[in-house]
Amino acid sequence: MTSPAAIAVDPSALERELRAERRWRPSGWHLVLIPIAAVMLFPFFWLVMTSFSTLAETRTFPPQLPHSLQWHNYVDAWQTAPFARWLFNTTLVSLIVVVGNLIISTLAGYALARVRFLGNGALFLVILATVMVPFQVIMIPVLLICRGLGLIDTLGALVAPNLATAFGIFLMRQFFKTMPVEIEEAARIDGAGRLGTLVKVVLPSMSAPLATLAIITLLNVWNDFLWPLIAIQSEPNMTLQLGLMTFQGAHLTNWPVLMAGTVTSQIPMLVAFVLAQRWFVRSLASSGLKG
Amino acid sequence: MTPDRPDEVSEARRSRASLTTRMLGSDHLAGWLFVSPAVVLIGLFGVLPILWSFVLSFQQNDLVTPGVWIGLDNYRRLAHDPMFADSVRRTIVYTLLFVPLTLVGALAVSVALNRRLVGMRLYRTAVFTPVVTSTVATAVIFLWLLEPSFGPVNAALAKVGVAPQQFFQSPDQALYCIVAMTVWGWLGFCVIIYLAALQGVPRELIEAAEIDGAGRWRVFRRVQLPLLGPTTLFLVVWLTINSLQLFDEIYVTTRGGPLMSTSVVVYYLYQQAFVFFEAGYATAIAYVLFLGILVLTVVQLVFGRRIVHYRS
Repeated sequence: MTSPAAIAVDPSALERELRAERRWRPSGWHLVLIPIAAVMLFPFFWLVMTSFSTLAETRTFPPQLPHSLQWHNYVDAWQTAPFARWLFNTTLVSLIVVVGNLIISTLAGYALARVRFLGNGALFLVILATVMVPFQVIMIPVLLICRGLGLIDTLGALVAPNLATAFGIFLMRQFFKTMPVEIEEAARIDGAGRLGTLVKVVLPSMSAPLATLAIITLLNVWNDFLWPLIAIQSEPNMTLQLGLMTFQGAHLTNWPVLMAGTVTSQIPMLVAFVLAQRWFVRSLASSGLKG
Repeated sequence: MTPDRPDEVSEARRSRASLTTRMLGSDHLAGWLFVSPAVVLIGLFGVLPILWSFVLSFQQNDLVTPGVWIGLDNYRRLAHDPMFADSVRRTIVYTLLFVPLTLVGALAVSVALNRRLVGMRLYRTAVFTPVVTSTVATAVIFLWLLEPSFGPVNAALAKVGVAPQQFFQSPDQALYCIVAMTVWGWLGFCVIIYLAALQGVPRELIEAAEIDGAGRWRVFRRVQLPLLGPTTLFLVVWLTINSLQLFDEIYVTTRGGPLMSTSVVVYYLYQQAFVFFEAGYATAIAYVLFLGILVLTVVQLVFGRRIVHYRS
């Protein structure tokens, strides 16, 4: 299987392009780009419009835009379902999983790339092999293991199996393999231990791979659906995505309230994306992974 | 890969150190300490489940009572299960539509986006935004867009004189609606990858081709497109792996219906495991899926590498 990190792309070039100066020039390309943007954005536009409509307005044909903004749809959504709780759960789980992955993958990736220890090569092969196995293969045993650990239907079930990923370890190992080793060696000759070298000498130059790992992990955990679906049953322990699915089941015909709930569930990630678009794009471009 | 300088240094150190200090104070212990959290977690939630589910696939197991060993029966049953065969067929149809449509669409869009224009940031944001939208939200939004009675798509069709369609509620259309929805959802990701690759094409190459009198189309066809080969191969592999594992969007929109018309492999697997409590049968399906993914990936890579041009 292609290693996700192995494709030849230059994220910094894309970044330069994104920041490039913009001069006004009339161009035929706008005639191509405006329809593309419209098609990509229309679902969001319609989502937001419907979330401000009355129930009656969603039951007319042809459909129409809301005459006045029905904010109470959002109040209704928040009162009938614990969106705040779901947001809290998702944030907490994502935070722990992201931090856990950063620490565990960095330690393991560093050791696999730099430290010569007995079993290094074999361990790397085993980790590489688990990257390729689809989640559907392991989900039933993982469920049974979580049940054995008493984690089922708790947030722990969402954290523990995601805390270390083979992909993260692989990504960090590749990063260390491409980094020059001279500075580390100098620090080690000066008497610094392995951990000291890693924290004081290597860590400062790791912002790019750490950001990549953090963002990929965040997107995967935040938007995960299949695992929460089978691991969580009770409403207070749900994530935003799982909660949204149950909310949809309960409000099948009340489109304005359902859309208000959908907007609510997507806003945190959308805001993060708009604020840190450069990092998101760079991370996805340099690692090539989603879902 | 960097030349193994650290090895030379540690080699020298090693020769001087005694056996005990080598084992205790140096690399073996440090190495294993560093990887120990990963080893425990990957072992418990990665390696053990892989082996366990292999055992499960030879059992009849309802996830509650102890499993019964039934040998190859699950795999034999799978070979003669018409519903499974149908789900495989649907998954193949889906993949054959989803992968090329997403790729061609993404290539066209990224070529359009690969230039300096006023408003380019906005155009790019528009294309990238579905990437961070969850599959559940995407599915909910498209259910409403394609709602047969009051949805905007039927309204647009009515404007051009087309009768209202049933979309997700029609056995003939539901799978194509899933294709359209997932192409929208994945396009931005592929565009990000393609844009990065397009911007990695050396300007000198394009300028050289232009000086030789090549027009824009010829530059694209003869210079840029061949250099996108490795990226395209990566995307083909990655999109195929993901489309064979399609589940979230099916679960939220159609639950495999109407009339099983969107019951793809993973949805069928999910039903077997968590609706009919046939965990053994479900893991057998999972292993067959894994095998299918593995074989397809290898075939794609082997054939792809013959076609694709790699820059040295």
